[in-house]
Order: sequence, then C-alpha cells, then structure tokens
Amino acid sequence: MNIGFYPGCSMQGSSPEYNESVQAICSALGISLIEVSDWNCCGATAAHNLNRELSLALPARILAHAAADGLEEVLVPCAACYNRLKMVQHEIGADRKLQDSISEILDEPYQGNARILSILDFLERDVEPLLAEKIMKPLKQKIACYYGCLLVRPQNILDAKRHEDPQSMDHIMQLLGAEAIDWAFKTECCGAGLSVSKTGVVAELSGRILDDAAHRGAKAIIVACPMCHSNLDMRRKAIEQHRNKDFDLPVMYITQAIGLALGIDPVKLGLKRHFVPVNLEL
Amino acid sequence: MARIGVFVCHCGENISATVECDKVAQAAAGFPGVVHSIDYKYMCSDPGQNMIREAIREKNLTGVVVASCSPRMHEPTFRQACSEAGLNPFLCEMANLREHCSWVHEKGEATTKKAIDLVRMMVEKVKRNQPLYPIRVPVTKTALVVGGGIAGIQAALDIANGGNKVIMVEREPSIGGHMSQLSETFPTLDCSQCILTPRMVEVAQHPNITLYTYAELIGLDGFIGNFKAKIRKKAKSVDEKICTGCALCTTKCPQKKIPSEFNEGLGKRTAIYVPFPQAVPNKPVIDKDHCTYYKTGKCKICEKVCPAQAIRFDQPDEIVEVAVGAVVIATGFTIHQTGFFPEYGYGRYPDVLTGLQFERLASASGPTLGEIRRPSDGKIPETIVFISCAGSRDPAKGIEYCSKICCMYIAKHAMLYQHKVHHGKSYVFYMDIRAGGKMYEEFVRRAITEDQVNYVRGRVSKIYERDGKLIVKGVDTLMGAEAVEIEADMVVLATAGIANPGAEELAQTLHVSYDGHHFFSEAHPKLRPVETNTAGIFLAGACQALKDIPESVAQASGAAGKVNILFSKSELTREPLIAVVNRSAPPEYSTCVGCFLCQPACPYQAIEKEEIKDRSGKVIKTVARVNPGLCQGCGTCVAFCRSKSIDIQGYTHEQVLAEVMAVLEND
Repeated sequence: MNIGFYPGCSMQGSSPEYNESVQAICSALGISLIEVSDWNCCGATAAHNLNRELSLALPARILAHAAADGLEEVLVPCAACYNRLKMVQHEIGADRKLQDSISEILDEPYQGNARILSILDFLERDVEPLLAEKIMKPLKQKIACYYGCLLVRPQNILDAKRHEDPQSMDHIMQLLGAEAIDWAFKTECCGAGLSVSKTGVVAELSGRILDDAAHRGAKAIIVACPMCHSNLDMRRKAIEQHRNKDFDLPVMYITQAIGLALGIDPVKLGLKRHFVPVNLEL
Repeated sequence: MARIGVFVCHCGENISATVECDKVAQAAAGFPGVVHSIDYKYMCSDPGQNMIREAIREKNLTGVVVASCSPRMHEPTFRQACSEAGLNPFLCEMANLREHCSWVHEKGEATTKKAIDLVRMMVEKVKRNQPLYPIRVPVTKTALVVGGGIAGIQAALDIANGGNKVIMVEREPSIGGHMSQLSETFPTLDCSQCILTPRMVEVAQHPNITLYTYAELIGLDGFIGNFKAKIRKKAKSVDEKICTGCALCTTKCPQKKIPSEFNEGLGKRTAIYVPFPQAVPNKPVIDKDHCTYYKTGKCKICEKVCPAQAIRFDQPDEIVEVAVGAVVIATGFTIHQTGFFPEYGYGRYPDVLTGLQFERLASASGPTLGEIRRPSDGKIPETIVFISCAGSRDPAKGIEYCSKICCMYIAKHAMLYQHKVHHGKSYVFYMDIRAGGKMYEEFVRRAITEDQVNYVRGRVSKIYERDGKLIVKGVDTLMGAEAVEIEADMVVLATAGIANPGAEELAQTLHVSYDGHHFFSEAHPKLRPVETNTAGIFLAGACQALKDIPESVAQASGAAGKVNILFSKSELTREPLIAVVNRSAPPEYSTCVGCFLCQPACPYQAIEKEEIKDRSGKVIKTVARVNPGLCQGCGTCVAFCRSKSIDIQGYTHEQVLAEVMAVLEND
C-alpha cells in the first residue's frame, strides 16, 4: 500500500530535522512515502481562531488532493497538522451541509476519507514490527516520553488510547532499549500557541515539564510534535532564566531516537540542528 | 345498536392549551353511534367521574370513550367509574389526547383535528368491545428476596414478621452487603456493623426465612402470585450441615494472597474463606478460581485439617426450583474503581483510594484495625484530600446523575480522619454540597467548623505522584478561580455509584425494565416508587437508584408492605387481556389448524394442545389453547398465527382494524 505524506510547513521550516529523521528511518526500513501533490498550509494554529470556513477549507483541500492522488492513507508527522486534519475530517464528515459549502469553496466535491495517520499511529503499525531485527545501537538511557496535547486531545475524536497516560512512544522506546520513565507531565501543556507571543508563559509551562523529567532522572525528552520541540529546545535559555536553573536535557524527536538506534548518522537525522546539543552516550 | 358516550377532558390546561376541547366534543357528537359527548376541565375528578356515571345510567350507554391522558395514568380510574354505574369496565376506552397529542404538538387546527381522529378511532374500537371478566388466580404466600444487603434484609424481615414465608438469595458467601463494609454511618456516627449484624443474625434464625447464600437467581417464570424461580446454589465445597465454622481450614490454606473483596482489595484472604468474622452464615466456602486443588489437582490441606470432615471437593452446583408469589429485587449497587479515572492516574497510585476502601481503613474490622494508614508504605497520612463527584454529575464520563451518598460520606470520612489523626490536614474538593436529609446539613457544618475540614469549592484536574507525595492540582472557584496545588499523602475519590454488573441480565431474567444506567425502573417515579412495571415484582434499595441506608430501609419496608398486602388475599384478580384461540360450532370447532407455530413463539409456555373428541372419545381435531394463568397478553402468538385464529381479548384484529380504518376512511 502507498502511504501518503503531508509535510506541512514545520517539516520544511522550523523543524527540518524532524523531516530528515522521518525520511532517514523510512529509507532505512524500506518504507516509501508519497508526498501529497500541491499541498497547502493546514491553517494551524491561526486559522481556526480567525475564520472558521478557512480553517475547514484548508485541510479539506489537502484531503481532496490526497484523494485525487489515490492515497488511502496520509502520514502527518506534525502533531498540529495531524490534529487539524483529524478535526476537520470529523467536523465535515458529520455535516452534509458543511460538505456542500466546503465543496463550493474548493470548487470540487469534498472527498476526505483518507485515513489520517499520526506519527505514532504510523510507527506503531508499520515501524515497530520491523525494529527488533534492525536495532544496531540500543539506547540504554532513561528517557521521558512527552506527548503534548495535540496527539491525544480531543480523545474521542482522535480515538486516543489512555489519553492521560499514553503509552505508544514509551513502548517504542523500550523496544529501542531505553527505559521510559513513568512521569506526570506526558500530556501537560508546553505553551505551544504562545511560543511567539507570550514567551513568559512558555517558560513557566515548559519549565515544569523539564523539571519533572529531570527530577525523575530522565537523560532526554522524546517528542513527536514540532511545537513541543521548539518550546523545550529553542526556548531553553528563557526557561532556564525563568526557573533560575540549568537543565542538561536534550529533546529529540522519536524518529531521531529510532534513527540513532538503527545506527543512522546523527547528521542525517538532523541532530546537529538542535539548540540543546544531543550528546547522549550510546 | 351502539350507544357510545364521549368525555373530553381539558386536563387543566394540559390538553386545552393546544387542543380545542369543545370542538373535539362537538365533532365526536356527530360520529355514528355516539349519543352523548361533553368536555370538562378535570374528568378524573369526582364531579367528572359523576358525569360519566350519570350519563351511563341516564342514556343507557353501551360504551364509553374518555379522551384525556394516557391509559397508564387513569384507565383504572375511569373503568372503575363505569363499573360503578353498571357498565362492564372493559367497555370503557381512553383516547390519549395528552401524551399523544397536546403535549407534543403546538396549538393549531391540525392538533385539534388529530385529537378528533384519536377519539374517532376509540369510538370505532369501543363499539366492538366485548364485556370481559377478571381472571382469578391463587397466591403463593412466599416471597423471593434477591440480594442480602440492608435493603434485602429489611424487606425479608418485614415480610417474615408479617407471617409470610421468605426465600432470600445472596450471590456472596455472606449476607450484609455494602453496609457490612462501612465503618461508621452518617449523621450519627453509629457503628455500621453494630447496628447491622444483629439483623443479619435475625435473618438466619427467622423461622419464616430460608437463606441461600453463594446462590444466584437464574430464571423466573409465571406471573404475580404464581412465580416459579430457579436458583443456582453454587457449590461451596463445604457441607454446611456438618461444618462447625471453626475456621481452622482458613488458617491452613496455602493460598493466602487473594485480594479480599470485603476489604476492597486492601487486605488478603485465603481460597477457603469466610468473607469477614461476623459473616452470616459463618461458614467457609472454597473459591474454586483460586484454590490450589481445583487448579492443579493437588493440595487438599483443608480436607486434612477439618476436624468435622466437612470438605466436599466433588460437591456439584445445585439448581433449586421454588414457587413464590412475589419478588423483591434488592441487588444494590457498586462503585467505579480508581482505574476509571485517567486524570487521577488510572488506578496506578496505591494511595489514591475509593470511598469504600477508605471505609475499610477506618473500620475497626478492617485491614489496619481502624487506623488510617497508606496502603503503599503503611504511614499515617498527614495530609489527605477527598474529591467528591468523581465521575458523578459528569456527562463526559457518561454519568449525568448525582450519586447522592457521597457528600455525606465524604464529610464523615474527613471527620473520622480528623478524629483519628489530630494533627492531620484534610481537604474536600466539591462542586456543591448536597446534604438534604434529617440532621445532614448540620453534620457537614460540624465537619467544617468543629473538625476543621477545609472545604474547597472546585474540581481537581489531575493527580500525580512525586517523591512519595500525591500532587493534587485543582482550582478554588471561591477564591477567584485560583489554581490550588496540594501535596497530599492520600487521596480519596468519591467515585460514582453504578449499577451492579449483571443488573441488565437480571432485569431481563425477571422481565422488569431498567434505565440507561441499568438501574431498575420503578412503575411510577412519584406514586409507585417500590413497584416495577411487572406485577408482583418490587424494588428495594440502591438497585433502583443510589440511596443511603435510611432511604434503602424505608423503601425495603415499603416493598415488604406491598408484598404483605398482596399476600393478605387468598386470590388475585388479573386483567383478562390475554390471548384466546377461537372456538366455533362443529364441524370446524375452531379455525385453528393445529400447526402449533404459536407454541415455540410464546415466551411464557402458555400454549397447550387441546384434543377435541366426539362422544365416543375419538379425537376429531387437535387445536391450540391458551392457558389463561400463564398468558401475559404479549400478542406474539397472534402475530405468528397463520390462520388468524388467535386474538388478544380487548385488542382483537377486528378492533384494531376498526381503529385504523376510522382514520384512513376519514382522510
């Protein structure tokens, strides 16, 4: 089966290392991804605060293009894109009138039935079964898996399992040889949307997350969301100033962690692009 | 020639607000066969009923249609009125202008027209009604009480003290229910066991009560006054008649780490066990799922040590069939476990407890002998948080209702904690305090003012563990919606009370209705709160809705009163609305061809075969016959009958068709 791929802006802008690591592990494992043709912005996080129609039409157009490309499934690694696409699919799918008005805006019939895969859905189903044989360098570290909000909420619509204490990343990390700690901030808010406008809030909220992970002895935080990553990584200085405390705690995408365990060159995984250097002893 | 009277009721404004009642009465006056048609504000009132009685006498009516509310509400009222005036009560019908018309439509011509149509249908039906006479059936003066908690115990004792026999069935090895698990009771702080255990003993010793513990009701057939109940007595693997209750076996059993149900998992029990020292009966049972012998075929230590040689490994389950005249359902409730709450840790923090677990900690008979200690490390908690409405009143959790008992038991818990841990700090997070009950509000006030319990109005969003403390994150909505964070040593969740597992199945076995949450439905929310819609089956206690001890006891006494009223007569009369297979003159005898498709269709085994014989005794024809004692009038056989030979009395094909044609022909 062909798995479609929707990168969204962050994979090309703020988080190329996420994209690089997704591509690197897919090629290492022989999985091919087909990029959705002529894709556009998903509208997150600004559109749904400003214009409902626009916030629905943007993801609807992406889904329509995926359908036109004959893609039954689309992998959406960015958690914000994933969340928007799922929400829109839910909202439009349940409302015939809305389908008509969106079709009018798109100038083509709305067809949004592609299965939208989060990075965790994808890893769990397609990558996990391949891992056991391919692990070259087990990650013998204590790590904290941080899921954030966008991959688990609203839990009914995303069909998230154990939304207050998700397990899929923990499970993958254990397969890689790491020890995933049980901690309390897996799904707490990092301050995502305020990353630019109210950095003080980010410093407080992300600071709590770092603090709990460090307190419980984690050597790294594993994420699956570009917003989480930039808040915990790029805003590190602000956090440390705010809390008056240094955290020696790198933040990696789960795909980077998998890449490391598969023995892929850290540069190819974009690991050199981080603000907080990743110097894990492997 | 039919002489029908029509009586249109305004029901105050319930009907007249949207239906023009005078027009309905005028229209009905013109229907063929109608000789009398009036409207009146309250037809069910005494003057209203008098109008009906007088019209029957003066105009010599042969049928009456009362156009008012649902027949569920007042059919017995109006039929009684007709009967008093000498008209057979089954010649009185109701057109439901309220639930079926005025309440569900707006005011307008169409609404009044629909009301007229409803009356027209009933007029056509009642013209075809036949006088019917009640069926008389004997009453078995033994009651079955299902469930041996406080409600079942109270009901059983009241029925038995009224001079009638009782069979009590309890699923667990002991009676006592949840009340036996409680420490003290609000609002008096009476010791729960001290007031309960004498009643348990009374049940066991009462000459009128037969007690089956470790037993389940698996079937119920028949009808009011004449039920047949099937009970499975699960094998206890112990001969009760020989066992002396010395409990030596329970001290020697090698399986010692089974979580004790009685102690809500906070204590351990053995595989051969008595649930608690004050159990009734005080004799052990073997839990086959955990017994080494049943699992591996080896062990039998209990058999070796038993001085009375009462162990019976080969004892089979026993099915008992009993005849009973009435049933009281008192199967109680259960609560959600902490695992139900993602935000409070999915049950993975040992010091986050349910209210029932806290009862066991506070109870002198509990695993800590009444000392409040943390299950994780045995330390006495210095700070404790109680969270009310955990799950209750939370549509997101699928539970819209208030569990009713929690506000009070939380106040009690906090009070007990403060009495036992003088320097401790206690917090209660609440949405509202619902303390409606005699001395209840005063009790909660006492907790706040005298025992210094900190009541915080707000919800708790999250609990997590850090360095052995439970971090409770909540909000204080009375202090400017300020975020509150408490480092607690123990958290008690007042988790929602829910129907017992198996309640739905039991309801289906008993043919009683239940609500969306699997609580059993009462026949009327206000006026018939202890009866079910199935005659002869009554409700007591929390199986109907969450309630506290005094309410459970009151309802149980109510149910027992109903049973004793039922048993006060030697004979019952039943409505004759049952199926009948037609009979006609020879040579047909009946249009029934004897295919007996109806027989497997009948859920009540009411279809019999009848041989029609000539004078010499030779069988001419075999036809179906309905046993009037067993038939419940469900009509399934009518639908199955290929030759249309079966009719429900009062709802014959002819009558129903006449109703339909009355509407169609007029359109």
